[in-house]
Amino acid sequence: MNEQEQKAFEDEIYAFVGKVVYPTTPAPDDINETMIRQWSEILGETNPAYLDADWAANSSRGHTISPPAMMYVWGQEGFQVTKGRAPNAMSTLVETFNRHGFTGVLGTNVKQDYMKESCIGDNISVHMVIDNISERKTTARGTGYFFETLSTFTDQHDDVVGTQRFKVLKFIPQEQPAAASDTDALAVPTRIPSPRGHDNKWWWDACDEGKVLIQRCKSCHTLRHPPRPMCGECQSMEWDSIESTLDGEVMSYTCLRHPVIPGYPKDPICAVIKLAEGTHFVANLVGCEYEDLRIGMKVKGKVEQVDEKTMLPQFYPV
Amino acid sequence: MVANIKDKTVIVGAYNTKFSKSSGVSELSLAAQAVKGAIDDAGLKPEDIDGMATFTMDTNDEIEVARAVGCGELTFWGRSHYGGGAATGSLHQAVMAVSTGMAECVAVFRALNGRSGHRFSDGVSGAITTADAIHWGWYMPYGLLTPASWVAMFTQRWMHNTGVTRDALFEVAHATREYAVKNPNAFFHERHFDREEYDNARMIADPLQLFDCCQESDGASCVIVTTPERARDLRHPGVSVRGVSQAAAPDQEQMTSFYREEFAGIPEMETAARNCYQMSDLTADDIDAAVIYDAFSPIVLWQMEAWNFCGHGESGDFVLDGAMRPGGRLPCNTHGGQLSEAYIHGVNGIVEATRLVRGTSLNQPSKDVNHALVTSGVGIPTGGAILGKMN
Repeated sequence: MNEQEQKAFEDEIYAFVGKVVYPTTPAPDDINETMIRQWSEILGETNPAYLDADWAANSSRGHTISPPAMMYVWGQEGFQVTKGRAPNAMSTLVETFNRHGFTGVLGTNVKQDYMKESCIGDNISVHMVIDNISERKTTARGTGYFFETLSTFTDQHDDVVGTQRFKVLKFIPQEQPAAASDTDALAVPTRIPSPRGHDNKWWWDACDEGKVLIQRCKSCHTLRHPPRPMCGECQSMEWDSIESTLDGEVMSYTCLRHPVIPGYPKDPICAVIKLAEGTHFVANLVGCEYEDLRIGMKVKGKVEQVDEKTMLPQFYPV
Repeated sequence: MVANIKDKTVIVGAYNTKFSKSSGVSELSLAAQAVKGAIDDAGLKPEDIDGMATFTMDTNDEIEVARAVGCGELTFWGRSHYGGGAATGSLHQAVMAVSTGMAECVAVFRALNGRSGHRFSDGVSGAITTADAIHWGWYMPYGLLTPASWVAMFTQRWMHNTGVTRDALFEVAHATREYAVKNPNAFFHERHFDREEYDNARMIADPLQLFDCCQESDGASCVIVTTPERARDLRHPGVSVRGVSQAAAPDQEQMTSFYREEFAGIPEMETAARNCYQMSDLTADDIDAAVIYDAFSPIVLWQMEAWNFCGHGESGDFVLDGAMRPGGRLPCNTHGGQLSEAYIHGVNGIVEATRLVRGTSLNQPSKDVNHALVTSGVGIPTGGAILGKMN
């Protein structure tokens, strides 16, 4: 995205800061012995202050307490989650990121603070807001933004028992380097290149040098594009090429709105162009709005560097 | 029963390219040389070849070979699986095609850079630069990456040429949706929609919006084919294959045949239609209902023209007159189509066409369905079939 698009996108996401994800919501069940026992069993927790009523009766508290780390457990939605959740500020924010290509997701930090002990019979409510969203960051996983939710847990007396901060990185996923790669640097996504084989490498090599060539049969002089090894007219396998002037006319066009593809500009316009030499050619149309395009309009192309690795013919309205 | 191919086919040309450890050319080049050499040996011309048979392991698309050599229409291609097991397997494909009249001259080929390219001793590792990968390389760098984007390019030009508007695209989407509403196995069962919802859906690739595009689905479909003799003793009234054709036209690419002088058309589907009508001795007038491949709404319209239900550029008016609807001229995609039932690559369409002829579609038209058409995907080498009540 260009500077202007980035600004608009950031305005959109930063508007989520302070939005409530869950208003104060009491847990469906009060704190109970069964769930504490199951949670402890799964985590390998053996603290008698949570689990052993006889031991706890003789402790300074005189009773068991709920494991503080469980404060987040009591409000979990349970099995119904498998049927989907109602949209909320967080899911809408995540959707907004996804729509702009930040489809990667990585939970990076959880930080809990405990203020008050709870015990069996208490009821914990959770209240969650989107607390902050970072500036644009370049990380090893890709470019993105960290957003952090703040959950506040209260009991039936409206006393705060604890808080939890949960940080998530939403990023544009990058291709991972091959295992054998000797560099740790991760590439910024670029356009998907054409493989280069016997029949097309010469064409792309010329494109890298800023030239668009058209294959020509040496025997009958028929031009052909895309290149192929034999002339369909006279079956000759001898060929040379001419350089196109890149004067052309739009035969058809479309704009790729969805999905958004990492490494590509947003809403790229592609066109079939009839070159002055007579062969048809597919390339991008740039420097114009989609609404202004017409079949039959004249265009002029030049080979441009479109990203770190890619030279491509781009056509402009004349 | 005994196969009835005895003496029905003959090998008339044979050719080997130079064999080496490093050909220095592409596998496509080797294939083109071999096919051309065999054509010359036979005293034929490239345009005489109307069928190709090779191995599933071969990296050369039949249409790439056809285009390189300068063949015309293809009406048969068949591949045989399992490595070297396909040697006489590909000949077998050709014999079946020629003995049944599906093709007249089939080139059986295999081309490989088995030493300088992908070596068998590499096992399953290594990247292969296939003709297919190179083909997509002409589109990927620009962002022309999805089926919707390729079809959009044809649609834009076709609408420009014919003046057909979104009204017709909506009618295709809406007619199939209304059928799906009554189909419990359809994605859109009991979910009506209207023009407002259609128009407000997000743009995918101009001019195609969300509801112009089919479902992405999990599922499977299957039909069983046997002989008329066996069919007579079975549970359901038989549904005969009156005609079936594969078809690729000159300058065919996969989804991107943008290099034809006028590319807003589907000549390969016209070839399939011509062949099916000839084989079956039927015309469009004999077709009572149809399942027309609908990965995207506009492609249904183009096929109505290709199969002669209306003239070129007239399909918009044809559907807006209600042709696809239950009481229309050609009740169409009565299962809800791939737009609204599910996208099982058209085989759910063969199931529905079978049901239409049996008289058991959930949206069975009130008229007698003696013949139903079912078609394959559009923009690619394609085909179609006419099914009818077994005599």
